[in-house]
Amino acid sequence: MSLLTTRGLTRRYAGLIAVDHVDLDIPEGGIHAVIGPNGAGKTTLFNLISGLVMPSEGSITFAGTDVSTLPSFRRASLGMARTFQNIRIFGAMTVLENVLTGMHPALHAGLASVIFRLPSFRIEERQAVARARAALDLVGLTSRAGEPASALAYGDQRRLEIARAIGPQPRLLLLDEPAAGMNPAETIALADLVRTIAKTGVTVILVEHDMGFVMGLSDSVAVLNFGRRIFTGTPAAVRSDPAVVEAYLGARLAAKLKAQHDAQ
Amino acid sequence: MTIPDWLDDFLWTYQNLIHDLGINGLLALAMYVVLAVGQLSLGQAAFMGLGAYSSALLTLKLKLPFLIVLPASCVVPILFALAIGVPTLRLSGVYLAIATIGLGEVLRAVYINVDLFGGALGINGIPESAETWMIFGLLAAATVALWLVGRSYIGRAMEAMREDATAAAAMGVNVARYQLAALVTSAMLAGLAGALSAHVSSFIGPNEYGFDRAVTILSFALLGGIGNPFAPVAGAWFLTLLPEAMRDLPEVRLALNGIIIVLIVLFLPRGLLGWRMKRRAA
Repeated sequence: MSLLTTRGLTRRYAGLIAVDHVDLDIPEGGIHAVIGPNGAGKTTLFNLISGLVMPSEGSITFAGTDVSTLPSFRRASLGMARTFQNIRIFGAMTVLENVLTGMHPALHAGLASVIFRLPSFRIEERQAVARARAALDLVGLTSRAGEPASALAYGDQRRLEIARAIGPQPRLLLLDEPAAGMNPAETIALADLVRTIAKTGVTVILVEHDMGFVMGLSDSVAVLNFGRRIFTGTPAAVRSDPAVVEAYLGARLAAKLKAQHDAQ
Repeated sequence: MTIPDWLDDFLWTYQNLIHDLGINGLLALAMYVVLAVGQLSLGQAAFMGLGAYSSALLTLKLKLPFLIVLPASCVVPILFALAIGVPTLRLSGVYLAIATIGLGEVLRAVYINVDLFGGALGINGIPESAETWMIFGLLAAATVALWLVGRSYIGRAMEAMREDATAAAAMGVNVARYQLAALVTSAMLAGLAGALSAHVSSFIGPNEYGFDRAVTILSFALLGGIGNPFAPVAGAWFLTLLPEAMRDLPEVRLALNGIIIVLIVLFLPRGLLGWRMKRRAA
């Protein structure tokens, strides 16, 4: 059974169809990439899946539940977590507090037990802190736990966003251009981190520009162009698909390259 | 227990000021709870008025004892908070500020024009049944409760919403619920302040709960800071004591008052107590 299924998923804006009848079937486990040229609708697709944008049409099913119209906080408590293309950490809060905020759905203590510091509150909080520290450990930010998040360097802020997303041990992790703005060494380290996370059983979907990053990492690739899904398959197959090459290079250049290739 | 004469004199002389410190502290906390979740909601003066009028009527018309009147007078402000909270949840920033200031002005017109509320003359002869210890007991309890809540996961969610509501929602924070809860808490605290003030001054009038009061309450929190609940109370106390401290300089008092406030805002943009609440990392 698929962990995430979309059927006819569509988002229209005035005069523009950002996501156009997209069908996706993401199985449980593995790393899955969504690629496409600029403006193909990748981020809108992510916003639809995570509930920051509501669909104009179509449905989203997550772990057997129809989440099409659920607000984003409800989807988070069902086990969906995400990062953002433009980093959105809570800058004034400490690194550890950022990760703890990501664990909000796991914390339920009532107002009375919060105010009177009852055991139910203290136990829950202690467990959350332990899990948050484990997440920081995984991304390599343990030594920075007490610092304000805004003091971190760019690459570390990206890692913090990932830690904040995996803290609650989600079933699905959505990474929106995780390698954006990273240098080659950081990108390699990031690929290792994503593999490690996937090995813990989290299903990862990532949106990415960096083709090298995607090809080496993903089990499956979906390609979007002008809001439509034009291809799904393995990374090996995507390279030789004429429609994908055309989407990235334009029809004329693609035809020229093919002619050269055939001539050789 | 006997208290020394000098203390008795002091308390008698400064009775009004001491009451104002407690009541303004509660109002500053009412402002703090909404600012702490990133909502510029300015209905506190209106909620205070609702608390004051409903407590006065409960005391004078129904002859209820004050210890019942006090909690009961929070009911009307809370109902108004729920009524305006749901439709205004989608507003933010100045739009929310304007909508909530509107509430105070509408209510003023109602107080002036409805006989039950005493019209432009207000309501007289309210017994002075609020004791100093009640005012400061409630202020202390509210401050400590907000501090404890602020240090918990609820405080983290509140701060996250203030920084980036969209990201907080993606982390699983029910932003709308926290905003509404903050508004209801604010209405409750302001309603208490209103009921207490009505029962220390024996008179309430329709013009006490309008735009001027709303801005004064906002300035308590801005001057003190919103990083922790002690800060807005400090701001309220500072602004309440400042004119009093300059009583010997009547010619320059108002100008000096203004200059000091401007200097604090310029040089302490995070407020008098600008520190952020520490949360224990067990």
